[in-house]
Amino acid sequence: MKNLKKSPSQTSNVVLAIDDLKGYYKGTFGVVFAVDGVSFKINRGEIVGISGESGCGKTTLAELISGTYVPVLHYEGGTIMIEDSNICEIDEETLRKDVCCKILAYVPQASMNSLNPVKKIKNFILDVMTERTGVKPDKTKVLKFVINHFETLGLDKTVLERYPHELSGGMKQRTIIAISTLWNPNLLIVDEPTSALDVTTQKLLIKMLLNLKNVGIIGTIIFISHDIPTLRQICDRCIIMYAGRIAEDGTMEDIINSPLHPYTKGLISSIVSFNPDGSPESDLGSIPGQPPDLRFPPSGCRFHPRCPECMPICKTEHPPFFEPINKEHPVRCWLYK
Amino acid sequence: MIENKELLEVDKLTKIYTSGLIRPTKVVGAKDISFKINKGEILSLVGESGSGKTTVANMILRLIQPTSGLIYFNGKDINTIRLQDYYKLVQIIFQDPYSSFNYFYKVDRVLNQAIDFRYGKISKSDKKNLIENVFKEIGINAKEVLGRYPYQISGGQLQRFLLARILLIKPNLLIADEPTSMIDASSRASILNLLEMIRKKEGLSVIFITHDIGQAQYISDRVLVMQKGLVVEKGPTKDVFLNPTNPYTKNLLASVPSLYRQWDLS
Repeated sequence: MKNLKKSPSQTSNVVLAIDDLKGYYKGTFGVVFAVDGVSFKINRGEIVGISGESGCGKTTLAELISGTYVPVLHYEGGTIMIEDSNICEIDEETLRKDVCCKILAYVPQASMNSLNPVKKIKNFILDVMTERTGVKPDKTKVLKFVINHFETLGLDKTVLERYPHELSGGMKQRTIIAISTLWNPNLLIVDEPTSALDVTTQKLLIKMLLNLKNVGIIGTIIFISHDIPTLRQICDRCIIMYAGRIAEDGTMEDIINSPLHPYTKGLISSIVSFNPDGSPESDLGSIPGQPPDLRFPPSGCRFHPRCPECMPICKTEHPPFFEPINKEHPVRCWLYK
Repeated sequence: MIENKELLEVDKLTKIYTSGLIRPTKVVGAKDISFKINKGEILSLVGESGSGKTTVANMILRLIQPTSGLIYFNGKDINTIRLQDYYKLVQIIFQDPYSSFNYFYKVDRVLNQAIDFRYGKISKSDKKNLIENVFKEIGINAKEVLGRYPYQISGGQLQRFLLARILLIKPNLLIADEPTSMIDASSRASILNLLEMIRKKEGLSVIFITHDIGQAQYISDRVLVMQKGLVVEKGPTKDVFLNPTNPYTKNLLASVPSLYRQWDLS
């Protein structure tokens, strides 16, 4: 497994390929079809945003990719290929030791609370290092490396001497991302990193993520957020999810300026966003109804009960991907058959 | 009508929080806040977290006592108004719609209490009529909400339900403390549009508290930008957001992610 990372994959252009991924929550509440047949590919060097309303399966998808999910979430089928190795077939221990943080780093929502409150950041990092490498690291050597890493990212090295409660929310979030990228993972997944932060700190965080990519620490980033204006600042491509399935996948510009799926159209038109040019905003739209209860998903296209352009076929059959404009902009809607 | 135009005046309002007995530490919650709000006007308080927006709202609601400064409602010092009468004039909707409900009771109870509070004891059929009327205005399907418990209803629906309660009480001033931040984007706009509709119809004044510059730009007539308890800039929405003069406001506006423009991050 050691050669997992620098395998011939460096030649292939696809970092992450997901095919027909299914993950359900199972418990006394029934079965929740949270991620149901998601497939996409991410190329090297892309920054991809995943967006959608709450409960659409964004976080579940990220958890499935990272392989670190809570027991009620069950993997039900499909493949996740990261750098030519199927994550679903790797056993838990190798996943934890050799994949997490080294090939794939996942920064979950509210992960800034996972810093150890009774340890200085520096000692916390030493702990993480020991756990990941399996040997007790040389303290001075490691610290030199860590300080170097922090400084490349524009973080002050005094952070290392502090306790988590002495840091602000934005600082903690940036520290966590810095720690999770110590091993130069190929793919970084960040889940709602900006949602608890003020706008000025949001900007710092986004600058840092771009910096990570520019200096070559990270190749590819998946940025999960419900806030499309934030995604627009950083992402090249955007995937819109609805009720556990992908609705549309396209470049950021296309998604914002010429959305195809009726759901994306409604979502984009309902965004209240600051306009620095101050031209009068057109009236905001909104989508009637609510997202479905995923224990009892609607038949056919899951958006059909709320869709303004619903056709008979939508109620019975789940649409495949159509490519009405070009290959870069697939959409799952019968309108484009 | 002219003397009635000004609804609320806040004069040099200051709140300093102290904690500790021996060596008390002081935190400035709000300092020297002065503003006026006219009838039928929407005023936004914007600022980052910890800038004192909610402190100001709580003082206007008389939930906390100001350290110094006075608030006048229709020219009267609010401390001279009986609390029960005051809450017929000023109401609030909170960020978290679920926090306004008791989980052990059905949601109808909130409306019934509001009617009892506003109209005294009236007959059941009158109550039913009142509720039906406001539901029609707001566009809620009574079958979808009445007779249910709060956890069975989505956040957006509950926030609309609370707006129906506001219509029953018919206050002169509504404080909306981040009313949309817990609601999904797709129904966020409908709450804002409802607020606008009620303002037009009932001549309601609204203090709209938000950290989202986009929403403030969409809905408000005037804005107050707050930073660390101070008002750093105020004025009509257009002036403040298009030609900010204060360096803090400039920096804040430059950091807001916009759907229409991409940052220059190089």
